[in-house]
Amino acid sequence: MVKDKTKNKSNSDDNSKEELCGKKIKCKTLIIHGTKYKTTLTKKYENRKKWEKPDEKKIVSYIPGTIIELFVKEGQTVKKGDKLLILEAMKMQNIIYNSCDGVLKSVNIKVGERIPKNFLMIEYK
Amino acid sequence: MPLKRKIQELKKRREEVIKGGGDKAIEKQMAMGKMTARERIRMLLDDNSFQEYDLFVEHEARDFDMDKKVLHGDGVVIGTGTIYGESVCVFAQDFTVAGGSLGAMHARKITKIMDHALKMRVPLIGINDSGGARIQEGVNSLAGYGEIFFRNTISSGVIPQISVILGPCAGGAVYSPALTDFVFVVENISKMFITGPEVIKTVLGEEISMEDLGGARVHSEITGNAHFFAESEKECFEQIKKLMTFIPRSNDSKAKALEPKNPKPAYKIDRIVPGDPKQPYDVRDVIKSIVDNSDFFEIQENWAGNVVIGFGRMQGETCGFVCNQPLVLAGVLDVDSSDKTARFIRYCDAFNIPIITLVDLPGYLPGIDQEHAGVIRHGAKILYAYSEATVPKLTVILRKAYGGGYIAMGSRHLRADFVFAWPGAEIAVMGPEGAANIIFRKEIMEAANPEKMRKQKVEEYKERFANPYVAAAKGYVDSVIEPSETRKILLHAIDVAKTKSVGGPKKKHGVPPF
Repeated sequence: MVKDKTKNKSNSDDNSKEELCGKKIKCKTLIIHGTKYKTTLTKKYENRKKWEKPDEKKIVSYIPGTIIELFVKEGQTVKKGDKLLILEAMKMQNIIYNSCDGVLKSVNIKVGERIPKNFLMIEYK
Repeated sequence: MPLKRKIQELKKRREEVIKGGGDKAIEKQMAMGKMTARERIRMLLDDNSFQEYDLFVEHEARDFDMDKKVLHGDGVVIGTGTIYGESVCVFAQDFTVAGGSLGAMHARKITKIMDHALKMRVPLIGINDSGGARIQEGVNSLAGYGEIFFRNTISSGVIPQISVILGPCAGGAVYSPALTDFVFVVENISKMFITGPEVIKTVLGEEISMEDLGGARVHSEITGNAHFFAESEKECFEQIKKLMTFIPRSNDSKAKALEPKNPKPAYKIDRIVPGDPKQPYDVRDVIKSIVDNSDFFEIQENWAGNVVIGFGRMQGETCGFVCNQPLVLAGVLDVDSSDKTARFIRYCDAFNIPIITLVDLPGYLPGIDQEHAGVIRHGAKILYAYSEATVPKLTVILRKAYGGGYIAMGSRHLRADFVFAWPGAEIAVMGPEGAANIIFRKEIMEAANPEKMRKQKVEEYKERFANPYVAAAKGYVDSVIEPSETRKILLHAIDVAKTKSVGGPKKKHGVPPF
């Protein structure tokens, strides 16, 4: 609601035990709007993935599938809108187009190869 | 043929069909730790109350040599009976007959009992135990699912609909439970998913067991698809029966009132909530210090624990409780807890159950994952649900009510009928630390000793704003009350609100942020 300049982060090093209505409960700390609260954390919260900024120089598979065709090689200069490859997934042949002008540093896939999700297929210089 | 012999023939026919898939299939079912469809119904309903229909229904499939196959009852049992004397409609898929697969006649039996439940305004309980669509019946099987989903939707908010997952429930079939009000699962028995481990392995190359993908624990702890978790089928049926005591037969009746009882003296309401807003406590103890017999029936206990929802009785009458839980994630609202809260509010509103909200939250959970998961849209569900609900809405602010969380949690502004606050309540735009850092930023930065100045300003803010009286001065809070008065005051408010009548502008329906 209101901008808060203090950084929000959670510490999980605080392992003090709280006595609540006869139950002993291991508590941790959660900081919200600069206030440290004693509480327990959920598994989902503790296991949440750290966000990483997507790297525009890396073309990563958004779905697992098979490389049907490859139109480019390493070291090749490519233009925005060029066809890079065809990735077949979920019975659909998806054409992957080039999103910016540049030179390809590496091509890590071969025709016929099956790749998982988030696989680094092509990297620009 | 004399009547006597005809009766004997009926008995013979019945006996034959009631065996379902036969002794071998029943043995297999038992080996999996599962009961048969009719055993389950017997365990769920009052003794000798079950009346079965469509026992002699036969499938009409002709392709793939299906015409040569006999499938008793077409793999599903339907009928009516009572739970604690109240009528219910029931169907139970029979896994011993062709894996409980759903063909055209199987679906027609289910839709028949669904139509009956809606027409008679009685609850519908569906026991799911099925391998999925009967492939041999092709599109007829899909049509069957569609007819079920349509009826689930039309009946939603009219009659209570309960789904019990006692076996596999995969593919399209899972959407029927998802459309119903309450889903019950049992450890090691329930399995729900859209695409199973086999498909995931072929398509994605990822390996996972059925249990890890869509077992009872997964749906009660991670996905939130299930509302009640049990360790055995027996325990599951006990939970269903208990739930039935709290809810009405339909939206034009009220849940049966029970004999009023006082809360148990073990729950001392003025000793549960610590004065320091940073210290946790279990809000369930507060609920138990308010409700009849300290009997609180929690829903989705193991999912999104930062909010606690469930039913309790106040002077014999069912109420729905929505409470922040400082013990888990400091009681913040986030994507999952918003979803959990909003749906429960809509349930209570649909079935004439007053809503009691106990507030103690520091706000929404900060985080990139939350923002990217759409906490805006999910959080909005709570505002929508509270604003839209026309049942009596009573709110007690126990301690913190900061920022957007204050507005969301059944505030006066969303038309709570009565808002009470305990003397320790802090109703403010945010916690003193955060607020002081923003408001007095310049003073703190320019001070000779910034840390000292910060502390001083935090104290100043606390003194002036971290109390219930600023909101009470505006009439946003109706009364500041002592904790020990809470039950008495709530009972009075429920009584005043029982003839509540409000209406909004005419519309077909709103567009909630689903």
